[in-house]
Amino acid sequence: MTQDKSVLLNIKNLRIEGYSDENWIEIVHGIDLTLHRGEVMGLIGESGAGKSTIGLAAMGFTRDGCRISEGSSIEFDGMELTTTPAADLQSLRGARIAYVAQSAAASFNPAHKLIDQHTEAPLQYRIQKRLESQEDAMELYERLRLPNPREIGFRYPHQVSGGQLQRAMTAMAMACRPDLIIFDEPTTALDVTTQIEVLSAIRDIVDQFNTAALYITHDLAVVAQMADVIKVLLKGDEVEEADTRTMLEHPKDDYTKSLWAVRDFKKEQVPRPADTVPLISVKNVDASYGDTPVLYDVSFDIYSGMTVAVVGESGSGKSTTARCITGLLPPTKGEVLFQGTPLPPDYRDRTKDQLRQAQMIYQMADTALNPKVKISEIIGRPAQFYSGLHGPALKNRVDELLDLIELDPSQYYNRYPPELSGGQKQRIGIARSLAAEPTFIICDEVTSALDQLVAEGILRLLDKLQKELNLAYMFITHDLATVRSIADEVVVMQYGKVVEQGPKDVMFTPPHHEYTDLLLSSVPEMDPDWLTTLLEERGVDDMGEVEKNK
Amino acid sequence: MNYFIIGFYALVIGASSLAAYYQKRTAFLLLFSLTLVSFVMGIVGGEAMLWSVTILAGLIAFSAGVSYSFREFLVIILPADAAKEMRTAPLTAGFGLFVIFTYAISGIFAPIIAPYGEAEVISSAFAPADENMLLGADQLGRDMFSRIIYGARNTVGLALLATILAFVMGATAGLYAATKGGKLDQLLGRIVDVIMSIPSLIFSLLLLSIFGTNTATLIIVIAIIYAPRVFRLARSVGGNVVVMDYIEAAKLRGEGTWYLIRKEILPNSTAPLIAEFGLEFCFVFLLVAGLSFLGLGIQPPTADWGSMVRENATLISFGEITPLIPAGAIALLTVAVNFVVDWMLYRSSGLKE
Repeated sequence: MTQDKSVLLNIKNLRIEGYSDENWIEIVHGIDLTLHRGEVMGLIGESGAGKSTIGLAAMGFTRDGCRISEGSSIEFDGMELTTTPAADLQSLRGARIAYVAQSAAASFNPAHKLIDQHTEAPLQYRIQKRLESQEDAMELYERLRLPNPREIGFRYPHQVSGGQLQRAMTAMAMACRPDLIIFDEPTTALDVTTQIEVLSAIRDIVDQFNTAALYITHDLAVVAQMADVIKVLLKGDEVEEADTRTMLEHPKDDYTKSLWAVRDFKKEQVPRPADTVPLISVKNVDASYGDTPVLYDVSFDIYSGMTVAVVGESGSGKSTTARCITGLLPPTKGEVLFQGTPLPPDYRDRTKDQLRQAQMIYQMADTALNPKVKISEIIGRPAQFYSGLHGPALKNRVDELLDLIELDPSQYYNRYPPELSGGQKQRIGIARSLAAEPTFIICDEVTSALDQLVAEGILRLLDKLQKELNLAYMFITHDLATVRSIADEVVVMQYGKVVEQGPKDVMFTPPHHEYTDLLLSSVPEMDPDWLTTLLEERGVDDMGEVEKNK
Repeated sequence: MNYFIIGFYALVIGASSLAAYYQKRTAFLLLFSLTLVSFVMGIVGGEAMLWSVTILAGLIAFSAGVSYSFREFLVIILPADAAKEMRTAPLTAGFGLFVIFTYAISGIFAPIIAPYGEAEVISSAFAPADENMLLGADQLGRDMFSRIIYGARNTVGLALLATILAFVMGATAGLYAATKGGKLDQLLGRIVDVIMSIPSLIFSLLLLSIFGTNTATLIIVIAIIYAPRVFRLARSVGGNVVVMDYIEAAKLRGEGTWYLIRKEILPNSTAPLIAEFGLEFCFVFLLVAGLSFLGLGIQPPTADWGSMVRENATLISFGEITPLIPAGAIALLTVAVNFVVDWMLYRSSGLKE
């Protein structure tokens, strides 16, 4: 089959303005973009770079409070979208341009079956009859390697897993065989093992139907697998554009190079100190939520000054283990020792000093900081509460802590959390835990909600603090790249059990436990051939196996 | 056709054409609908109707002017931060603030402002307005205007105290139940259900006939009747805040329940509670008025808007508007309070979330 490679989407001098504080502020500053049929372009950048805004603009759509400026041109298959009436635009969307959102779980209507939502667009545009369309849906489900393709469509969204839902959404976008699909971070919310399934499914189907795609993501390794061309964006400006291999091998701009370099950070691995008592020791802990058991016989040790990374997919019991250590969820069996002495299982029975020793940093800095309390008080309260500081001494301590997390005290002292960026909020979270002068900090997915550059900054900061204050970290994460850079020891968990544990260098060299192996091999690498090679190694049938294991 | 009618139509049509020419969309829509309405009005009601349309439009323009000037006045006299907030406030908020301000002044300085005492008989019953009495006399020959002014002090003061008390009780208990959960939550919840299952007017009548009708009892009874609604709201709002990570962090720090409620939960629940305050205040106000109307509220001869409506109700059948004046005073304050509350809600939800 000869494939048509004519220009499909031609964006010229795209400027988009957002309304804020009674002014129109330009958020996208003149982007040019050309996309041919069958081509996949990766849009990459940090949050606030304008990736999603550009993606939506390609459909002739802007979010509320945004508008496309005069002089911009969006030409889709010879049609100028900026001057097309809204009704005509509406008939393009879903039929010729489709959109796949980040969270499929939030984008499907929970009250309707998958297949009914799938057939909505074809029926509306009278492209197919209902039965034809259902037949077509099943065929697409099969191509996307969903289990039981003939039946899965008759389930409700909550009855299938996240990865399956994301694939069903891709199938839905394909329903009218559009010329262009916009993928907005389709795998960001998924585990690594699930991510692979979705990535390979998307790649195959885009290839089969010669569909053009805009692939929006902040994950470089992912975009390397998917895109033919990559465009790097920064604060609404284009940094550079090149085909994937050139871009990966010879990035030109400094900003691009810094993005590429993120994964270089590696902390030196510290060995276990000999003949000392572990700082925290989790011994044969079982725990359950109500009658549902979630942890089975979990044991591991954390020595002072060391970082133990706890890895696993969502639902593997990582965070539950943390809740057992902090005493929020008293274990049903087993105990937690602090420097050899058992801690009371319930946090309410612990002394102030025991509470002070173990602090937590949360994944979502948004919900971890009280939005109505000033930064000075968020950080100052633990210092006041545990050390009894007040007046000038307290202010000095807060300034000192703000210096420690590399934020200027004079500038941040009186601010409120919603006025800060994601990375700054996370730093405040770190400062709050440090204010208690702890010996042990639990970091629960602290970097997974952040952009890579910001996340790297946080990791470096944590590392610096560890060296200065001799802290022990329990680092909960599903991101193995983070583990590689910061861990001394690794604990792998699955279904509430510890599958394997040991020092990092041992854990990252074969032979591995079967599950560790699966996790490790599923982490995307910066090599554009990685996914192809991996799938060949595993064989396509293997994908089904992975699915069943879950 | 007289000059008034010709002038009237010329003005509205001219104004709407001007608005259209200068592309003032909202102004045009407003003026042109006024034109259309006055066509119909003119045909149905003749010149008299057009006069009333003119007076109504004038009144609205006048209150808009007053609101605007009052807002500007506040911008000038308030300190910088508050002035910045005021500058962006809508006109309705300015109007609400002005009305509340006026009521507060007349309530506080009632003895100075009112020309006569609230129980002073100065003329014959139901005497019409003259140069001594701005609004005429009531059923005993007391000055209506003076009584309205004293009423602001009695009625509004009582309603305000009762609402504040209801909020202190309801919000504290609600947030406490949300934080503690478990059996205590169940217990408080069921007590509240019991109170709410009894119709409020009947319940207050019952309590007032048991404990007598002095002002202190009245305030407490009303507060008890209204606290359950506040409890429910505070509990559900607090329930959403309690699950946040920052509450978990504070609990793990070892903070006490009172600290959690005061410092962590309350600041995040204020917006809905303030909205509820505006609403409840009006309900309490109406209940006080209703109780006074039934004779169980504020006792005569103390001036109170509710009882003033009842006492002068007979005048309605003679086509007099006297009983409507205290009723209007109640309505105006209700509207004003809600304007201000709307604005506060908009501010707290829009700015720092």
